[in-house]
Amino acid sequence: MSQAEGVNVQRRRVLIASTAAIGAAGVAAVATPFVRSWYPSAKAEAAGAAVTQDIGAIEDGQMIVVKYRGKPIYVVKRTEDMVAGLESVTPLLSDPESDASLQPEYCKNPTRSIEPTVLVVEGVCTHLGCAPNYRPDVGAVDLGGNDWYGGFFCPCHGSKYDLAGRVYSGVPAPLNLPVPEYGMDGTILTVGEA
Amino acid sequence: MSMGKKLMHWVDARFPATETYEYHMSKYYAPKNFNFWYFFGVLSMVVLVNQLVTGIWLTMMYNPSAEGAFASVEYIMRDVKGGWLIRYMHSTGASAFFVVVYLHMFRALLYGSYQKPRELIWLIGMGIYLALMAEGFFGYLLPWGNMSFWGAQVILNLPAALPVIGDGLAEWVRGDYIISGITLNRFFALHVVAIPLVLVGLVFMHIVALHHVGSNNPDGIDIKKLKDKNGVPLDGIEFHPYYTVHDMVGIVVFFICFFAVVFFFPEGGGFFLEPPNFETANSLKTPAHIAPVWYYTPFYAILRAVPSKLGGVIAMGAAIAVLFLIPWLDRSPVRSIRYKGILSKIALTVFAISFIVLGYLGATPATPTATIMARVFTILYFLFFLLMPFYTAIEKCKQPPERVTGGH
Repeated sequence: MSQAEGVNVQRRRVLIASTAAIGAAGVAAVATPFVRSWYPSAKAEAAGAAVTQDIGAIEDGQMIVVKYRGKPIYVVKRTEDMVAGLESVTPLLSDPESDASLQPEYCKNPTRSIEPTVLVVEGVCTHLGCAPNYRPDVGAVDLGGNDWYGGFFCPCHGSKYDLAGRVYSGVPAPLNLPVPEYGMDGTILTVGEA
Repeated sequence: MSMGKKLMHWVDARFPATETYEYHMSKYYAPKNFNFWYFFGVLSMVVLVNQLVTGIWLTMMYNPSAEGAFASVEYIMRDVKGGWLIRYMHSTGASAFFVVVYLHMFRALLYGSYQKPRELIWLIGMGIYLALMAEGFFGYLLPWGNMSFWGAQVILNLPAALPVIGDGLAEWVRGDYIISGITLNRFFALHVVAIPLVLVGLVFMHIVALHHVGSNNPDGIDIKKLKDKNGVPLDGIEFHPYYTVHDMVGIVVFFICFFAVVFFFPEGGGFFLEPPNFETANSLKTPAHIAPVWYYTPFYAILRAVPSKLGGVIAMGAAIAVLFLIPWLDRSPVRSIRYKGILSKIALTVFAISFIVLGYLGATPATPTATIMARVFTILYFLFFLLMPFYTAIEKCKQPPERVTGGH
């Protein structure tokens, strides 16, 4: 920039810098709605909100499916026998302590649940995302007879999970079924928030 | 003065038409020894025009919604007159774009076209390459096939590997908790408006920068050093008509290959259009083997070669970022591979092989052997760059000639 005589360079620099700073603040302010518009909209938030389900009516040993964010959530009311059986199946599992698998901290326990009798897992096989079938029939001949303590069987590639969604070893699926965030209030189950 | 000349005179007083034409075409002196490798720049432009024209036509019949996208692509293929041809030209054009751009970039590596004073041409070119990768990624979701969905799912899970901000970032990009019609809509906007604008702008800058410093050539020597009494480089010839006519031959040959694919192998053996994409997106059904389209597979192989997820994302980013540094990694006194030493020749060969092998590995399921190979070739890939300052500095180069060789 050529300098005319008598120009206060110092003052000019301050003015340029402050104009640029105010301008930058303006740009940032204008950018805000554009950035915010990319977050999940109110409609998407509503569609993806936590779902509640009264599970008081589920019979012992039965399973229901709840849909949450496009995924089936399996809810199993385990019997006392089923819970007791979780101990004996552990030698057959590949990640019995769920160290490598996904679950909230409050479900990283032997039953993988808040209440021992209520199992909540995502019904999505960790191999390739098929939906495993619920097979509570202990000793089912097609699933290994005496080595089958009840659980989930994926018909796509034969992955097996026990009644806590823990994967058997020697099957294609690498990890236990993920446990979503959930909370229990009496018989009211809320999936999506603790 | 004829009417035509009068008109041009009137225009030139108001707009630099003749001046621009002469600067970029009839008085732009390009080295006379361009070889086969010099076709791929102009071919990139041809494919860009193909993508823009077919793309504009596709938007006329495509429906960017989760409910309508897949059906509208089938509508284009079956009901729109000539729609199948327009779509196959666009889908084949995407792969052709990367074929010619990869060869164009390899040409730059061969002849040192990124060296001083062409660093900015290289950097702008890398910007084009990044924009192209983004364009391909956003475009691949649009048919809303099952591979579109799961490919995007895998790629959008990459930023989720970043600590702290990762999950929020992935959610922000998706605009939903899963990939949905919301994601499809914004990808459509980015694919048809935002990225093409950036691409065209960068291509314009690429050419302006090139014509400002002049083209490199297979000998890598500066043709502006020796000029005749009119200031025309002795080894330069006018871009128009010499190279326009020359390039037309290349364009015709390219179109013969291109339309052979469009007409006879539009699916490219499952590499251009992947089989799972012939069924609609399904969040509950994962394809048996998720692989990105072939032009991303070298980087996908690098991602998978690193045992940790975050480490893989960093390695993949670094594999692309390191390309930006080439102009400053090459310490060689000569540009062209013809006069560089044996170390550079070995390094470039190993690099080219690594890139191809990684591309193959990234397209196949990860077996233990494949993972070990991917690790070896990932290391070789990076060594090409990291060792470049050393092998280019210590090797013995040949003296390049004063005048270009060939092209008489």
